[in-house]
Amino acid sequence: MLRKLLTLAAVSFALPAWAEVELPVTYLKLEVPRPPVLSNLDPIPEDLGEAGAQLGLADNQTTGKFLGHDYSLTVTRVPEDGDWLAAAREALAETQFLILDAPAKAQRELADLPEAQGAMLFNATAPDAALRDAACRANLLHTLPSTAMRADALMQFLVKRRWTDLVMIMGDHPGDKAFAKAMKRAITKFGLNLQAEKTWVFDADMRRNAAREVPLFTQEFDDYDMLLVADELGDFGRYIPFNTWQARPVAGSEGLKPVAWSWVVEQWGAAQMQGRFEDLAGRDMRSEDYGAWAALRSLGEAVTRTQSADPATLRAYILSDEFELAGFKGRKMSFRNWNGQLRQPIPLVTQRAVVAKAPLEGFLHQRTELDTLGIDQGETNCTAFQE
Amino acid sequence: MKHALAPIALAATLCAPPALSDEIWVSNEKDDTLSVIDIETLEVTRTIPTGERPRGITFSKDHSVLYICASDSDAVQVMDPETGEILHDLPSGEDPEQFVLHPNNRHLYIANEDDAITTVVDTETREVIAQIDVGIEPEGMAVSPDGKIAITTSETTNMAHWIDTETRELFANTLVDSRPRHAEFVKGGSELWVSSEIGGTITVFDVETQSEKGKIDFDVKGVHPDRVQPVGFEFSADEETAFVALGPSNHVAAVNPETYEVEDYILVGRRVWHMEFNADRTLLFTTNGVSGDVTVIDVESREPVKTIKVGRFPWGAAFRP
Repeated sequence: MLRKLLTLAAVSFALPAWAEVELPVTYLKLEVPRPPVLSNLDPIPEDLGEAGAQLGLADNQTTGKFLGHDYSLTVTRVPEDGDWLAAAREALAETQFLILDAPAKAQRELADLPEAQGAMLFNATAPDAALRDAACRANLLHTLPSTAMRADALMQFLVKRRWTDLVMIMGDHPGDKAFAKAMKRAITKFGLNLQAEKTWVFDADMRRNAAREVPLFTQEFDDYDMLLVADELGDFGRYIPFNTWQARPVAGSEGLKPVAWSWVVEQWGAAQMQGRFEDLAGRDMRSEDYGAWAALRSLGEAVTRTQSADPATLRAYILSDEFELAGFKGRKMSFRNWNGQLRQPIPLVTQRAVVAKAPLEGFLHQRTELDTLGIDQGETNCTAFQE
Repeated sequence: MKHALAPIALAATLCAPPALSDEIWVSNEKDDTLSVIDIETLEVTRTIPTGERPRGITFSKDHSVLYICASDSDAVQVMDPETGEILHDLPSGEDPEQFVLHPNNRHLYIANEDDAITTVVDTETREVIAQIDVGIEPEGMAVSPDGKIAITTSETTNMAHWIDTETRELFANTLVDSRPRHAEFVKGGSELWVSSEIGGTITVFDVETQSEKGKIDFDVKGVHPDRVQPVGFEFSADEETAFVALGPSNHVAAVNPETYEVEDYILVGRRVWHMEFNADRTLLFTTNGVSGDVTVIDVESREPVKTIKVGRFPWGAAFRP
């Protein structure tokens, strides 16, 4: 029998049974300077996002070598004052597969280019709910979870714990406001109670003053179960825990955080991926890295299963029921075919551990429990995916 | 792999001194220990320290030594099961997760999860005799009964890699559903079964052509399909029934290997992972990772009869007469 097998094998090496497919991908980053924050403790990695794409590429290449499929990745960085759309056109002339690391507005403008109409674009870094809703684009898929998905994940946990009375402190940046808005929507959705909210107004240097200012700032919150913080830049949030007037836990952008990914995720086979990422990047894997990894892997999975590098074929497969991505978060992930968002569990993490994983048990949905997170099909204002 | 052991195991049981009863050895991934269960009393009689993160465990054909994948120690440890003493380490490549002992009782085929490599180690000379590039996160390992084919499944590449054990080269790579975990040759080596944890299926291959011949689906009432995640599986005597561990659905499926239909679902502990039988295959022992226990299933009635507390995150199980 074996001889027969080997003969077959020899034939298949000479004439590969699998089609040869090449898939070039460009990682296009708009370098937006980060606003100043109070603490210097957390430098943002230079290769945030990009390193995740490199890992996804390596994963795809390993699979590809057994199938005669070839993947490549080009990284293009555009300075903030550079010509984003010119760079996009240039990239689109080379490949129809782009991973975008840019604010929502820049991604939308790119998606609207005539050159991008047949392309497959992946948003790996912008959390804006609108980009998956009224401002969605049929050629733009999202691998990073939206603010709405993260907020829903957190509120499910609070429902489960019966910590229903909430207060909120939000920052002044657009990202803070967007996350605060998402949390408020989720509070209403899950029947929780937001008793009070305040906007962070200090401009003093909190490294010295937090102990004195935060107790006073939080004194006027009456009694509550949990303090929510919307501070997506990591500006003031770090000074809130343990400085509140009442002895209460903190969640949101600080304390207990709903994230796409964190180094503390180790179950569901994640320890292996964390190890591969550390070897590759020399640091911990973060949510943006995960978003870029998931984009590359989604493409890889679609190429593997369809034997094609045609954008329309891959898009159709990725949005179909056939598609499944093993994302190291405990259950298979797929794309919402009405807005292009990758369905995924959301770990709720502290600095040291995964506290829970949403969707939490008991939150049911007729399609998949993963759709209890984020804006659902019935309420979406996204129409671009309908044709 | 394990059913090939059965006749030998039975023979060994007959020769063993009557005072000693049969045992199930369980590796506790997060306790760095083995729990030894006495099959007579269904109680843990010993807890034995191992290297870091023990996962796959298997006895030599004569049960004189136990091989342990100590994943985080980057070694396969060789233990004297009488004394619990580690005799020596075998070179294993990095992060050995699971392995299979070739019918020649000499060559261990080891999946190196972090390295995308299958390592072949000679247990006598204690040397690595081959390393074979496979897909990402290799895990499931199997050898055909005639010893000619070894299989490695890779979790992230989603393939079964077919290794010619003579040349130690790949001769085929076949796609399966997401996150393959476990592989077994059945029906005299004519079929290969591969479980896919995230895909939620078992793919059945015709070994001669390496082509897909069937697929087994699962549907546990009251459990969302995404949580039905097949991992380990084992066959009852005469391969009458395949028992399939379904991970976080906390059930074991009883599958008819002829029709590929599921006949029963048996409720066990949380995140059921791997399994092992007693000598005559009337009892099945399942490792339940999250609940940290072992469920004992009566094979004939397909009912759970006892739960035995073991260490943290029990992973593998092996029978010792």
